[in-house]
Amino acid sequence: MADSIRLRVSRYRPDTDPEPHWQEYDVPLRKEWTVLDGLNHVKNEVDTTLSFRWSCRMGICGSCGMNVDGEPRLTCATFLSDHAPGPVTVEPLANFPVVRDLVVDLSDFMAKLPRVKPWIIHPDDHRTVEPDVEYLQTPEQLDAYKQFSMCINCMLCYAACPVYGLDPEFIGPAAIALAERYDLDSRDRGERERLDVLVEHDGVYGCTFVGECTRVCPKHVDPAAAIQRYKLKAAMETVKAFLLPRGAR
Amino acid sequence: MTRSGGATTPSRGTPTPSGGTPTGLRLYRPRVSTWWWTRKRSYLVFVMRELSSVFVAWFVVYLLFLVHAVGRGEAAYLRFLDWAASPWVTLLNVVALAFVLLHAVTWFALTPQAMAVRVAGRTVPPVHIIAGQYTGLVVVSGFVLWLVTR
Ligand code: SF4
Ligand code: FES
Repeated sequence: MADSIRLRVSRYRPDTDPEPHWQEYDVPLRKEWTVLDGLNHVKNEVDTTLSFRWSCRMGICGSCGMNVDGEPRLTCATFLSDHAPGPVTVEPLANFPVVRDLVVDLSDFMAKLPRVKPWIIHPDDHRTVEPDVEYLQTPEQLDAYKQFSMCINCMLCYAACPVYGLDPEFIGPAAIALAERYDLDSRDRGERERLDVLVEHDGVYGCTFVGECTRVCPKHVDPAAAIQRYKLKAAMETVKAFLLPRGAR
Repeated sequence: MTRSGGATTPSRGTPTPSGGTPTGLRLYRPRVSTWWWTRKRSYLVFVMRELSSVFVAWFVVYLLFLVHAVGRGEAAYLRFLDWAASPWVTLLNVVALAFVLLHAVTWFALTPQAMAVRVAGRTVPPVHIIAGQYTGLVVVSGFVLWLVTR
């Protein structure tokens, strides 16, 4: 194994650069080093002006997402040796406005997320029951939504989604997966409210089932599945509304 | 400057002047290239799958022509057969068949993702759902074959 590898890093400094450009750095190639380790080496030893986000280094916080060799990845879970001999291109997550270097602006997602009401909606919420009352669940009930609850908001799915790239109004994979997570929760009664949001033009019907979101998701959330199931749910509601008298819905 | 992969081409975007965002940042907005779908195999397969619906529609039209010709009697039917045997119609049908097969195969593969089938409290494994669809395809094709050759 060679003892160093070249990183081609996209740089954008808003005060001076009209657009991003490449800068190359050689970093040590060690078996246990991830792309994030390489970037931290640059930041600590070579060029302190390089900006990027990270926190946990273990695939939990979801803040280190970048496009590595064109693929949205958690850089703390992407080994340099898997990209040897290099050069490894490191770009900010695709489809997001760039704040600086590898840092993207996530305010669009932050605005969209509360629209799907990602919390438990129940007529007997904490305002009407004693604060120490527990909602009990069986392991099967937990199993029903667990997969969709694993999302770490890393935004890799948005970076992989061509629909979101072409139409930023699209509410997007992770938001819909989270809506499904609460719909499938036995403690929740908010299905109707969320469906009303997701059948809007920027909701589930924006999705054309490219399936890339599921492929890139580091937590195996399978947002594509959540979206298709929502379409099915919406279709069933339409059929029901058509066939059943008002009172029976 | 060449850029690898990704759905966007950062080099062709535009910086937003300061004050253009709620945060007052001078953001750089990458723009999606017209050729985004050629950059990744999975994007290409997706676009081909979408395109395949045109050929599915063509087969419906073709079938309608056939039914129409049959309805107008023997002479019309023979004329239809001649037309159908012409090189360009044959070529079109071969291409259409390829796309329809792609359509079927890719959608069959995606079905388990779109439908979580639960039987007796257990989720049916994806392979069973896919196998079920192919079984259905074989049964229906067999029936049609029997219908036209008997
Ligand atoms: S669904 Fe997966 S890829 Fe998308 S934000 Fe959540 S963890 Fe990341
Ligand atoms: S640094 Fe937390 S997920 Fe990578």
